[in-house]
Amino acid sequence: MSGRIIYLDNNATTPVDPEVRAAMMPYLTDLYGNPSSMYSFAGEVAAGLKRARAQVAALIGAMPEEITFTSCGTESDSTAILSAVRTFPEKRHIITTRVEHPAVKNLCENISLFTGHKYRVTQLKVDDRGMLDLAEYEAALSDDTAVVSVMWANNETGVIFPIAEMARMAKKRGILFHTDAVQAVGKVPIDLAALDVDFLSLSGHKLHAPKGVGVLYVKKGTLFTPFLIGGHQERGRRGGTENVASIVALGKACELAVSHMAQENSRVRALRDRLEEGLLARIPKSILNGDKINRLPNTCNISFEYVEGEAILLHMNREGICASSGSACTSGSLEPSHVLRAMGVPFTAAHGSIRFSLSVYNTEEEIDFVLDTMPPIIASLRKLSPFWKED
Amino acid sequence: MWDYTEKVKDHFENPRNVGVVDRVDGDGQVGSLSCGDALRLTIQVDKASDRIEDARFQTFGCASAIASSSALTEMVIGKTLDEASKITNEDIANYLGGLPKEKMHCSVMGREALEAASADYRGLVLPMAQGEVVCECFGVTDLEIIRAIKESHLRSVEEITNFTKAGGGCGKCEEKLRAILQKTVQGEAAQPAASGKPKRMTTLQKVKKIEEVLDREIRPVLKKDGGDIELVDVDGDIVTVAMRGACGTCAKSQTTIKEYVEKKLRELVLDSLIVEEGSL
Repeated sequence: MSGRIIYLDNNATTPVDPEVRAAMMPYLTDLYGNPSSMYSFAGEVAAGLKRARAQVAALIGAMPEEITFTSCGTESDSTAILSAVRTFPEKRHIITTRVEHPAVKNLCENISLFTGHKYRVTQLKVDDRGMLDLAEYEAALSDDTAVVSVMWANNETGVIFPIAEMARMAKKRGILFHTDAVQAVGKVPIDLAALDVDFLSLSGHKLHAPKGVGVLYVKKGTLFTPFLIGGHQERGRRGGTENVASIVALGKACELAVSHMAQENSRVRALRDRLEEGLLARIPKSILNGDKINRLPNTCNISFEYVEGEAILLHMNREGICASSGSACTSGSLEPSHVLRAMGVPFTAAHGSIRFSLSVYNTEEEIDFVLDTMPPIIASLRKLSPFWKED
Repeated sequence: MWDYTEKVKDHFENPRNVGVVDRVDGDGQVGSLSCGDALRLTIQVDKASDRIEDARFQTFGCASAIASSSALTEMVIGKTLDEASKITNEDIANYLGGLPKEKMHCSVMGREALEAASADYRGLVLPMAQGEVVCECFGVTDLEIIRAIKESHLRSVEEITNFTKAGGGCGKCEEKLRAILQKTVQGEAAQPAASGKPKRMTTLQKVKKIEEVLDREIRPVLKKDGGDIELVDVDGDIVTVAMRGACGTCAKSQTTIKEYVEKKLRELVLDSLIVEEGSL
């Protein structure tokens, strides 16, 4: 890798914060003891875990004993949903959305592999702005529903769902509620003490901790069945020796996120808006995907009609700009993003969608460079496109 | 990140022969916006010698689609149509120093565009589009698949997907692809399905056919009672319709949808359709 990198793909993953790296390093060197062991330097390791648990809890308004460390967001999602369906073995209905991350979507679609029997899965629709219809949700809730799993914020569009209200509606019917909040944690305030959410998943590498560590929040009093069966670690909720260094890193990242939250919602939001308004103004036939208001402050998804996403990304890459696309060609699959298709984004636009996701590390100067760089890239590709009509 | 050769990157970043030829003698268009890649190749031909004087392309697609198109134009200019017709997709890929296997369909698209442009010049109709659609997501016919298997010596369903895109969408046609592969490899040419109502259709085909049946059969009946119907969405086999006019407020509209509309659409379009009421 050479030259300057402008990293606008923070919904895919984030760089590890230098302070986070510094916090985890002792646990990769001197503090290698097993936290379960009975000598004093292992005790220091256990103390590191305890501190991390408190740091995570503080970010999301939880109690430390409600925090279980896992290996990733996907593990947290699987653990939560499978635990919930095992809590109500007689219920055979799950509610989720059409725009979930594959971690939830594919699990729900294949849940019979784990449970041995079929489930009816309702995938709630979204409108053209990516928003859910609460009336459809209410109508879908039934006595047969075991669990609702709805993401807090969408990874592709950043659209935020009304989790507080949806969890309350589920609770009234005695239905367990899970939310995949990997994109939301650290970007918008979350206070689980005030919510009827039973399970929440988060992932370390989305908030400047390393890859390979996640968290499952389980509300105190919620029945729980572990996914990984093994030792007594995590109070029996997740067997396996703790990934101590990464857990400590995640704790530190959560602590930093608390102090960065205000910045996310002011400076990062302003940068995002500057980028978005600039691109939409400078590039004709560009369309914002997702609701403009109900959205994460760092995410912006724009379709450039009549051009294809992979080609755009490769030209951006030459300029050192990193982003991602909902086009088919970038994914290795042949179909464009299921999220944009669920929103009814026309094919002319879905293949040419680019997601920009910012972080507190981006600068105004970087955004201005992107604003100057994108219009000629799109224009050059449109010149090649058989569908582009100059007018 | 795809592992593209320098030649692919060069043709992507500096595409040759972009645009439309001055005098369009042959015009070949393949792919579509919905497929994610499309190529228009136009050729200008010297009538006396049948030699391609100029070729230009316009491509909507990824880097390898653009590079394949650019390479194709370089390869055909100066050749007679007969010489050009011998160019295979492998030749295009080789010209570029190879393509990632998942991107071979880009070179196939180039070859198809060339055939389409030549056929257009000669006033012929291509036979490939006449087969039975096997992959509904990308509208790939059995004839196209059989040809790719034979020409590129494909031996797995995954390879078929890489070369033709068939099976790359919902994956429902996997078993059919396996059967075609088996038959073709065994040297028995698969027979195109008998005419009549197909078992599989692309969404586009469904939409068109459903609209047609709504217009011809269903609307006239509803209109007698002061009602109307509108097609809202087709997602897989789920057909969403909105009842309008008197039907919109009629207590029996649910029965009408299931007992009449769904029955009719199943009878005239596809057995597996499920009709539901909904709105945008």
